[in-house]
Formats: sequence, C-alpha cells, structure tokens
Amino acid sequence: MEWSRDGSAKKLLQEIREEDFQLSWDRLQEQLPQCGFGILGICCRNCSMGPCRIDPFGENAQVGVCGADADTITARNFLRMVAAGVSAHSDHGRAVAETLIKVARGEAPGYEIKDEYKLLKLALEFGLEVEGKKIEDIALQVGINALHEFGNQEGEITLVKRAPLKRQNIWRKLGVVPRGVDREVVEALHRTHMGTDQNYLHIMRQATRCALSDGWAGSMLATELQDILFGTPTPIVGKVNLGVLKEDQVNIIVHGHEPLLSEMIVMAARDPEMLKMAKEKGARGINIAGICCTANEVLMRHGIPLAGNFLNQELAITTGAVEVMVVDVQCVMQSLPTIASCFHTRIITTSEKAKISGATHMEFSEENALKKAKEIIKMAIERFPLRKKSQVRIPAGEVDLVAGFTHETITYMLGGMFRASYKPLNDNIIGGRIRGVAGVVGCNNPKVTHDESHLIMVKELLKQDVLVLQTGCAAIACAKEGLLDPVKGLEYCGDGLREVCEAVGIPPVLHLGACVDNSRILVAATAMVKEGGLGDDISELPAAGAAPEWMSEKAISIGQYFVASGVFTVFGVTWPTLGSKNLSRYLFEEIEEEMGGKWAFEPDPLKAAHLMIEHINKKRKALGIDKARERVLFDMEMRRGLE
Amino acid sequence: MKRIFVDEERCLGCRSCEIACAIKHSHSNKLEKAIREQPLPISRIRVRKDENNAIPLQCRHCPEPSCVYACIAGGIRKDEKTGLVVFEEKKCVRCYSCVMVCPFAVIKLGKEEQPAVKCDLCQEEEIPPCVRACPTGALFFGEAEEFQELMEKRRKRGEKDALLNTG
Ligand code: SF4
Ligand code: SF4
Ligand code: SF4
Repeated sequence: MEWSRDGSAKKLLQEIREEDFQLSWDRLQEQLPQCGFGILGICCRNCSMGPCRIDPFGENAQVGVCGADADTITARNFLRMVAAGVSAHSDHGRAVAETLIKVARGEAPGYEIKDEYKLLKLALEFGLEVEGKKIEDIALQVGINALHEFGNQEGEITLVKRAPLKRQNIWRKLGVVPRGVDREVVEALHRTHMGTDQNYLHIMRQATRCALSDGWAGSMLATELQDILFGTPTPIVGKVNLGVLKEDQVNIIVHGHEPLLSEMIVMAARDPEMLKMAKEKGARGINIAGICCTANEVLMRHGIPLAGNFLNQELAITTGAVEVMVVDVQCVMQSLPTIASCFHTRIITTSEKAKISGATHMEFSEENALKKAKEIIKMAIERFPLRKKSQVRIPAGEVDLVAGFTHETITYMLGGMFRASYKPLNDNIIGGRIRGVAGVVGCNNPKVTHDESHLIMVKELLKQDVLVLQTGCAAIACAKEGLLDPVKGLEYCGDGLREVCEAVGIPPVLHLGACVDNSRILVAATAMVKEGGLGDDISELPAAGAAPEWMSEKAISIGQYFVASGVFTVFGVTWPTLGSKNLSRYLFEEIEEEMGGKWAFEPDPLKAAHLMIEHINKKRKALGIDKARERVLFDMEMRRGLE
Repeated sequence: MKRIFVDEERCLGCRSCEIACAIKHSHSNKLEKAIREQPLPISRIRVRKDENNAIPLQCRHCPEPSCVYACIAGGIRKDEKTGLVVFEEKKCVRCYSCVMVCPFAVIKLGKEEQPAVKCDLCQEEEIPPCVRACPTGALFFGEAEEFQELMEKRRKRGEKDALLNTG
C-alpha cells in the first residue's frame, strides 16, 4: 500500500527515505498485527476482575468475569468513545464561552465581538432580553447561558429547538434529548462502569443522547461563539500544500483545534514591529500556516494557508523550514518533539489542558493571549538564523482553493443578496440538477493511503451530481487535489452539478470549516427542510454522510449525532462493534426505524460512495422527485436570476 | 527441521496467535468476515494457563506421536523426511481417537462432525501466521539451534528485568 496520495508528502517521503525519522506509518508497521479483540471491540478493561475478552470464534469464553456479553462490552466501549468525542468538542466549546465572558468583561485584550448580529440572534434563542442593552452585557449573558448548556441538569439543551419539529419529537419520544453536555458525559461513564447498564440497546440510548449533546450543543456552541468572536466566515481564497512554507520567511505552524490563540498569532504576525524584527534576522516576512482544524479555523476567517492535514504534521517538520509549531489540543502526535529535535524546530504547547514531554510549554490565557502570541513569534524569529540551509527541502507547489462557506453564505450565494434563501438549492435538487448533498468529513488514518479514500469517494459523488460539504482533514485532503477550486473542481462534476456551480460561482465541494463546524451541516440540513419541498425532516432529505479515513473518538461522536439526526452515515477503515452481531445489526439496520438514519461500514471508498448514492436515490424516490431529472440548460436569464 | 518454539516467559496471554490461526483457517482470510462464517473457523493453537504463565500450545510434531498409533483409519503419519506429523483429512472417519490420546490436547474436534483439526505448521507460509501475530516474540519459527541461540541472547540481555521495566 502506498503511504500517501498527497503529491508533496510523497516527494518529501522519497527524500527522507534514507534518514531515520520514525513516522506514523513506520510506527503502524511496528504495531502490526494489531490485537483482533481490540479491533472487534470485544475486550473490556473496565474493572480489575478483567481484562476480559470474548472469543469471536465461539470456542472459548463468551462472557466476561462479571457475565457481560459481547453485546454489552462492545456497546460500553462504543459509548465511551462517544463520550470522549463529545468531551473533546464540548470542552473546546466551553473554552470559547469562557473567552466570550472575559471579552464582555473587558478582561481579554485583543479580542472583540465581531459578529453582533449573530450574538443577538443567539441571545434571542436563549430567550434573553436584548432591547436597549449594551452589546457587552448581552455578550456576558450569552456567555453565561452558553456555560449553562454544559452544566444544565434538567430539561433540554436550548439549541435542539433549531432542529425540524418532526426530529425534535422523535428525540422526545425516545427520551434522548440531552439535558446538559456534562451530565450526559458523566452518565455515560457511570452507565459503563462495571455492573451498571448491561443491555446494549439501553446503552446505545445514552450513546445517542450523549452524541446529540455534542452536535446540537457542544460543537454548535463552539461554532456560534467563534463566529461571534472572530467573525462568521465568508468565501475566501487560500492555498494548500507543504509548499506554502516559505524558504525565505519565518515559518510558524499552528496545529490543533482551537482558534483562540492562533487568531492572536495571526494578528501579531502582522504587527510592523514583529516584521521589522524578522527582517533584522534576515527573513523576508513571517509566514503562518496551519495543520488540522486550527488550520481550518484561520483559513476560514483569514485565508491563512493550509500546510496540510493530520498525516502531514510530522512531515511538515521534516521540511527543515519550520521555526516553531504551536499546538493546542487534539490530534497532536507525541512524536513531534522527537522529530523536531533533528532540526532547529521548537514545538510549543499552549493549552493548560495539554503538555507534551520534550515540548516547550507557553501557556496562554485570554488575559495574556496577545502578549503570548508576540512572545511565540519572537521566539520563532530568533530561531530563523538557526535554520540549516542544507536541511531545508520544501516540496514545491501550492494549490488554490476557496473556503469560508457557512450556513449563512450558502443562503447568500445561492439565493442572492436580497432574497437569501435555500430555495435555489432545494429547487435544483428537486429539478434534479443536483442529485443530493453529502457531508464527507473526518480524519486521516495511516491504515489506508493518506487522502486517497477521500478523493475516490468525493470524485465519485461529484460525478453523480452530489454537492459535497466538507470539514476537517477531509476538506484539506480534497483541497490538495484542487476540488475546492471553483474552476478545477468542476472538471469532476456531472453536468447538472457543474451547471449550478458555474452559474453561482462556487466550487462543487464546500469547505465549512473545522470538525466542530459539522454543526454547520446540521444547521444547513435543517434549513433545507424548512425551505420546503424536500420533506419534513432531515431523514427525508436526499443526503448522506461519511468519514472514509476516520481514526478519532470525535469521529464516532459526530457519526452518532449525524445518524441520530436522521443521516445515513458510512465509515471506512475499521468498525469498533463488529465483535457483536446484535449491536452491529442495530447500528447498521434497526436504528433506522427509530432515528431515520443509520450507520454503514464500508472500507472500499468507491463502494461506500455508491451506498451513499443509492441512499440518496432512495430518498429521491420517496419524495417523488426521482423522475424529474431531465436537464434544463441555464440560459442567461436564469443565470442572472441566481446572481 | 523448522518448528515452532515457545519462550514461555514472554507470553502475555493476549491470544493474538489464536485469532491469527483462526483467520488463516477461514475462507475469507479477513478478521471482520471470518467471525461471520458458518461454521466458524477453528484455531489450531490454544493459549493455556500453566501455573502463573500463559502458554501457547499447538501440535508439537512429537518424535513418537500417540495420535499416529491411535488413528484407526491410518490418517495420521509421521513424515520421515520432514519430521512433520501429517494429518490427512480425507481419511479421517470422525472417531476422534486422536483427540483423546494427544498428551498436549492440541487436536480439536471438527465443527459439525467435520474431520479433526490440528496444526500443520502452515507449510505454505514462510513464517506461520501465529508466529507473525505474536506481539512479544513468544513464538519462534526455525531450527532448534537457532532458537537456542535466541534464548541465549535473551538471557544475556537480562530478559526478565527488561520485561518488568516496560513502563
Ligand atoms: S467489567 Fe466485566 S467484562 Fe469488564 S473487565 Fe470487569 S469483569 Fe471483565
Ligand atoms: S502454524 Fe499455522 S496451523 Fe499451526 S498454530 Fe500456527 S497458524 Fe495455526
Ligand atoms: S500471541 Fe504470543 S503473547 Fe499472545 S498469547 Fe500467543 S504466544 Fe502468547
């Protein structure tokens, strides 16, 4: 198997072949073969009577010491994955709420409230009085209310009310409306404790409730509050590839997930004083580039170039041209300081929640963020002269892209400034130019060729006229291939999709941001339902979701809230419940009766794309729009109508 | 003759070898599919408990194999050249005498009255799957002298201490 499909990664891998770096791919080889009990999800270490394993070949033990069977064990493990994923997204959301509060109190120099309209809208959703109030006071109250969403003990999280009514009622009937994020996570850990919840279907109820508290609270609040603080993104051009690193500039990579500090770094890097310092050290400028979701956050709002996605993080350092890599939380490999030690590169950890042995820790808080950002930049500038020319090997080539799409921009782009709406999108789906919509999201995983599954899947969807929405590392994968370029991306589209994208001037793959911004997909899907003509619920939309290269617990949480929101969702690589026939049957089949959405596991990305298309066709048929696919070419009049 | 040797100190009882062997003897050769086959594939190796240690056991290809003498159908023979104890499925009459007499209890009943099964050292593989699967190197495939050398090396390195200090 080829390690990577990414051209610049391939070039670099070729060049460093002789050297002794140990990359994730090498480490995977050393782990092989991996434990089959773990792969199938039938190993339990939840108490010290264990660890217990269930023999998948039926000869040896079929229950753990406590009597737990394969169904219970896989369900408990699955729920714990969900809980960890929910926690990651939600703790991120909580941090943004805390920042908003500090900004409102004037305790966070450098930060400001950029989107007042969104703040007011959210305030109204929280039922707050806004008339005649100062913006800071409203922000403070919104921040406090947002924190309540985490600590709330009873009732319902506020933003479930955003979902289509039919959906809300499905959740209420099943008793899976989250009460508060923290409560659902704690209950998940309680239920999975030895000797507690031991009925797999009942355990899955909590998995659903917990996951929903991510999609419709933790992640959604992270997105909303970040838009309020840093501005709601609008379409913006950018560049991607390891080639965005500059030989003659100070290169700073921001990596991880939160935009709280990276926003300040971007701001500080434009400071004339900093630029002067850089020049004095012989650099032509200060170049910020991003990896993983921090990258997506600053790309969406500032057009900061993307150095790459998850599996590019180690490679970026081996270019020898990175002065510092600033990391915060999630998806940061512990191997970074080891690789950095072969170069002049410094890894800087910045979150109070995450230190890495061998890295320099420069903890930031809202109060000192701008100051810390400047310190970090100064450190990078000082390291620039230490860079060894002989070690520098930046693989040439950048790829253009357009990002910055949100629920709001979709309405404007498609509906026009004066009658912003989803009507044109819905009409084009009903009319058949667009077959449907797919969310292709998620990580990289060295078990499959880096980026390849994303590309195979997305290209097939485009060919079949499916508009693709992306976030996270999946979006970066497709960006590298040019699919986020409004001109180049069209080459892969079927005629119908191409016409629409050409007329509106959008790429066929819309980059919606970071992983927490998957909540934007929920909002967009709901808007499509509310616009009319495509049924009364998300589950009736001709839509599907996928994470073909997933690896993190966050992906499982996202998948579960997609499924619970009515979306058919396909995952690749491996699947953590296969050790239980019953649980797998529930997730792949029976759950559809309850939730309208279901999971599928298909490691072949082309077959997975076909499953999604089949599902979309099935939904079109149910809506009675399957025959409306005769093509109408856009004439000038219609084009003008779209502008 | 190449055989499978066991470094008992190293076995952690994870049973990866069992899984690898069952996959090898499935139709699909893929874990995810093998666990859904009917009948389920059978592992020829079994990890047992020996006082404090786990110990993986499969056919020892004994110099004087009781199973060969016990088989009423003449379906098991000792190959003089290779030293292997060869089991011929076609001749098996499902009396399972061999299962009863094996002193190591490593011949298993076939599922659904299929012929008995035992380790054949996976002749067609360069290194048997069970050996490849072992994450600690408890299983070794090679000549007896090679294994002696390896054990000597491990002893010199102070194996026992090394194992305890993995944290
Ligand atoms: S909770 Fe049950 S299955 Fe899990 S380790 Fe303890 S005894 Fe074994
Ligand atoms: S050599 Fe082959 S048959 Fe024998 S135990 Fe190992 S995997 Fe099983
Ligand atoms: S794979 Fe190795 S360590 Fe695991 S049970 Fe088998 S022999 Fe022991």
